[in-house]
Amino acid sequence: MTTTPIGAAARPETATAMLDVRGLKKVYEGRGRTVEAVRDLTFTVGSGELVCIVGPSGAGKTTLLRCIAGLLDCTSGEVVLEGEKVTGPPPGMAVVFQEYGRSLFPWMTVRQNVELPLKEKKVPKAERRRLVQEALEAVGLSEAQDAHPFQLSGGMQQRVAIARAVAYEPHLLLMDEPFAAVDAQTRADLEDLVRSLWKRLGVTVLFVTHDIDEAVYLGRRVIVLSSSPTVVLEEVTVDLPDERDQLTTRSLPRFAELRGHVYELVQQAKSGHRPAS
Amino acid sequence: MDAGRKILLLLAVPVLLIAAWWAATAGSTNFFWPPLAQIAGTFGETWFTGRFTADVLPSLARLLVGYLAAVVLGVGLGTAIGSSRTLRGLLEPVLEFFRAIPSPVLVPILMLFAGIGNEMKVLVIVSGCVWPVLLNTVEGVRALDEVLRDTARCYRLRRRSRLIHLVLRGASPQIAAGARQALSIGIILMVISEMFAASNGVGFTIIQFQRSFAIPQMWTGIIMLGLIGIVLSLIFRVVEARLLSWYTGLRMSQREG
Ligand SMILES: Nc1ncnc2c1ncn2[C@@H]1O[C@H](COP(=O)(O)OP(=O)(O)OP(=O)(O)O)[C@@H](O)[C@H]1O
Ligand SMILES: [Mg+2]
Repeated sequence: MTTTPIGAAARPETATAMLDVRGLKKVYEGRGRTVEAVRDLTFTVGSGELVCIVGPSGAGKTTLLRCIAGLLDCTSGEVVLEGEKVTGPPPGMAVVFQEYGRSLFPWMTVRQNVELPLKEKKVPKAERRRLVQEALEAVGLSEAQDAHPFQLSGGMQQRVAIARAVAYEPHLLLMDEPFAAVDAQTRADLEDLVRSLWKRLGVTVLFVTHDIDEAVYLGRRVIVLSSSPTVVLEEVTVDLPDERDQLTTRSLPRFAELRGHVYELVQQAKSGHRPAS
Repeated sequence: MDAGRKILLLLAVPVLLIAAWWAATAGSTNFFWPPLAQIAGTFGETWFTGRFTADVLPSLARLLVGYLAAVVLGVGLGTAIGSSRTLRGLLEPVLEFFRAIPSPVLVPILMLFAGIGNEMKVLVIVSGCVWPVLLNTVEGVRALDEVLRDTARCYRLRRRSRLIHLVLRGASPQIAAGARQALSIGIILMVISEMFAASNGVGFTIIQFQRSFAIPQMWTGIIMLGLIGIVLSLIFRVVEARLLSWYTGLRMSQREG
């Protein structure tokens, strides 16, 4: 990559808040069944930060992300993005859904899928071509451009969804367990891709995962959620050097410590432990 | 399966039926069941000495206009109703009522309003064809994937692109199913409306033959209708295969996976 990386040094530590989640509560009202998925979540994400969210299955991670994305109305509390209350999907946001396969348009080819949001953003044609090409190359799918999503494996479909988000050049990137369906090697590559894009574009990333190693490796901060009804169990600052790579970073003693700490927290969350309030 | 074998299987039953008809009526002296050989013999002179342009083409033109109008109307209304819960709640009972009315009974009523000209026949065809298209479109629009809708919202697709790239494309398999049903209904209504009151058309001609006891000619009319049906459904299939190739592929991959 030829562009100068905007690393931590270039980014002020006390960054302005990009995203402010205040007292978020979400109760699903079904027929005769109400589920309190999220009870009370408050946290802040600075501009250009990469924050990981971990929590047990069913903790409401997807619910949280959908509220932030403006796809779901919260029951109480609010989400403030760049100083404005979120009431619908804001401009400059991309989401990689957990159900990646269902988020691709089956009647479009891979390239058309990646290109559509750019057309909507009125990106000029030549620029569009370049962005699509680069994004597909970045996820290793330039060969599959003309295939339809159903002709690809689950992991490849996931990468198309990621390429679409990347080509869009968002300010805010929300990813919901995006690497769940890819093999270990691809996963490592994609993790590095997310890190390098984050550095290059200065995008704010909120990354949901159930993989503790991944959360510590990627994030500058890891927010651990309790089990449902959900509150923040603890925010762990990942004080690892900003230049990370799969081998050295993962073998640092500090990495093991942080990993162990988050692991313990998640175990506590699973057993129903909640912070004393 | 190789192509030759496929064609052989495809044609086996029709050929058998024709052979049976041929054999059963071969020595027939029954006035109403003339030998198939005789019917086939009169086919050419009955239809290709002026009647094709005088009767078949006007019939087809009315069918085409009525059918296309019904598809446009059905898809338009169906999309609106499928996208809006309020509209659905308001209209569903009414739709059920209108759908339950067999369109041929509308012919005498429409004759009062629209006379016995082309307008009446086109209206009859529209009134019958619109329902399967409309109801299938509503279903198709409602069944759109939730995640796909969310995706379109996140990337802020504008109304127009959302309509084209998400709603219509997504509902297109169901729309096609409705349009296929509508096609056969359209052919039936084309004939019926011409039998009531007309001065040309295939249905009119068949009735004329029957009234003048030109029985072999009457039979050729029925064969003509069958042929029209086959040709139109073939055209339909070709168009459908082109537009919905993704859907065929998707379904095949799901079956294998
Ligand atoms: N549409 C809905 N209607 C009712 N309840 C829902 C709905 N969506 C989610 N829930 C409930 O809310 C809770 C949180 O669900 P959510 O999908 O947000 O969890 P998650 O943390 O993303 O889980 P996973 O890690 O398995 O993806 C669950 O108990 C779930 O049953
Ligand atoms: Mg989830």
